[in-house]
Order: sequence, then structure tokens, then C-alpha cells
Amino acid sequence: MAINKRKVPEINGGSMADIAFLLLIFFLVATTIDTDTGIMRKLPPMPKEDMPEEETKVKERNVFVVLVNKDNELLVEGERMQLRDLRNSTKEFIANPNDREDLPLRKLVDVPYFGMTPVTKNHVISLRNDRGTSYEMYIAVQNELASAYIELRDELATKKWGKKFDELPDEMQDAIKDIYPNRVSEAEPRNIGGD
Amino acid sequence: MSRFKKDDKSSVPGVSTASLPDIIFMLLIFLMVSTVMRESDLKIFVTVPGATDIKKIEDKSLVKTIFIGKPLPTYQRLYGKEARIQLNDAFATTDDIRQFIAAARDNLKENDRPRMMISMKIDKDTKMGVVTDVKQELRKAQALLINYSANEVDKVY
Repeated sequence: MAINKRKVPEINGGSMADIAFLLLIFFLVATTIDTDTGIMRKLPPMPKEDMPEEETKVKERNVFVVLVNKDNELLVEGERMQLRDLRNSTKEFIANPNDREDLPLRKLVDVPYFGMTPVTKNHVISLRNDRGTSYEMYIAVQNELASAYIELRDELATKKWGKKFDELPDEMQDAIKDIYPNRVSEAEPRNIGGD
Repeated sequence: MSRFKKDDKSSVPGVSTASLPDIIFMLLIFLMVSTVMRESDLKIFVTVPGATDIKKIEDKSLVKTIFIGKPLPTYQRLYGKEARIQLNDAFATTDDIRQFIAAARDNLKENDRPRMMISMKIDKDTKMGVVTDVKQELRKAQALLINYSANEVDKVY
């Protein structure tokens, strides 16, 4: 009897399975296999070989030329510029808020939700780089151009609906995209200088 | 009395669940062992640049990656110190890209093919010359949706 009393009671293993499941589910949820992030872009399709590339005529005032040379220096519209100034001058170019003569022409376009709105419909941002430009600089410039668009869209979205662009439903986003269409063009590569 | 006893004997004993945790653990371990996270063996240095406005790639199954960077010291004797392209697990040249894209496209389902995205993981010290060549090849291969891989930073300059 005495020996029987001293026996350690067995641990109930019935809930072990639940614990294992809990662990399994926790790891399943918590694991993120390093997500890839970056700047998304769409490349222009290759022109057909038998069809010579149509020289699209764009008026001088509608083009914003950004050149990056092999020493990672910026030339914007014929003038040297620091990277930190690029975003604001890009924004001014896209929006042309003061209807300046040398910035893109604003045309009245009927946009859903907004009605007739002046839009710089034909503006083009032409980004050209040298073969010797460093990739870091190239991405920095791409990033500044992308930010210019995002900031403009966010400003408009906040003014109209009090929300950020990303938080809006698709139709509203499309309307804003109509007003600020992303028109960054990467010109055909040219060989200026060596690698 | 004898009838009761007989009943007791024939009643089905409850299934013991004591071994259930072992089964679950076995499953867990089997899954852990058999899962191959296809992380290509990098043979080059790749430190992607930083950017402030980045997006997450939603569907990883549609993404194929091209790496560009300086070969690791072990490979420098064979491949030099200039930036090289790596596709899957091997060094490649720009001529291999078209085949790489074609193979990747074949592996996808028919209706997923237009949504295929090429993620370019490029070292920030690479010169644009190689990158431009790769981009031209991608255009020729009709793989137009690309992603310049970048890390999120607060400020670029």
C-alpha cells in the first residue's frame, strides 16, 4: 500500500498534440521567407526591326531631360543639379501649377470625380544614363522620380478625400492617375564614352 | 451477473491518443526536412541599393531573379573582378538570358505568363553598362515587367 501511494502520477499526454499544433501554426504564421521589395517598372516593348522607330514628336516644353553621366552627376534640363533638388523640380514640371510657358502645356481633361481638370497630358520625363553610371545612382534617380509622382498623387488625394493615394479604392486611384500619369521614359541606350 | 461480465469484455476500448503528438511531430519534422527553400547559391556579391518608395512583390511564384554583381573571391580567378550575371546557380552571359526567360515562361501556367516578373538583384556598385545590356535582352525576350530590387531606407541622400 505504502509503495503504491508514493508512485508518481503519470502526466496526461492528451494535450501534447494540441501543443504541437500550436507550435506548428505559430511557425507557419510567423515565418516570412525574406520578401523581395523594390521599384517596379515596365520596360517599353522592343521596336520591330523592319519598322523603324517612329520618332515621336514631342514639344520641347513637354520634355524633362534627366541625364546622369559616368561620374554620377546630374544634368537636368541642361543644368547641373543636386539629387536632393530633383524631386521638387520634377514635381513642378509634372504639375506646372503656375502655368509657366516653359513647362508642359495643361489641357482641360474630363476626369471622373474631378470634372474638367487641367492636366499636363503630354509631358515626358526622359531619363538617360551613361554606361559608366553606377547602379546606385541610377536607382536613386529612379526613386526620386517615383517619389515625385507619389507625392503629387498623395497631395491631391489628401486634398480631395483626406486620404493617402494608396488607401483609396481603385476607381479613385485611376482618376488621380489620369491627372498625374506616370510618364517616365527610358530612352534607348547610347554609348557615350567607355565602360 | 454473468451477462454483465460478458458485456464488459466485448466493449471496444477507447483509442489511445498518446501517440498523436508523435505523429504530429513526425509530420512537422518530415515537412521541415523535405522543404527546400530554393535560395540560389550566390556566387557574387549583391548588396542592393536603398530606395524610399518601394513596393512588396505580391506573388512570389511569378518572380524570376537575375543577379548581377562582382564574383566572390573564390570565383575571381576564373571570372575576373568585373560584374557578372548569375542565373539560377550559374554564371551566365547576356546571351543566356533569352533562354532563361523562355524556360521560366514554360514553367508557368498559361494564364500566369503575362504576369511574370523579373526581379533584378543588382549590386549597387555595378556599372549601368551591364544592366542596360540585360534590360535590352529582357525587352527582346518580351519580359517587360521588372522590379529593381531595393531595400527600404529613410533617406537616399
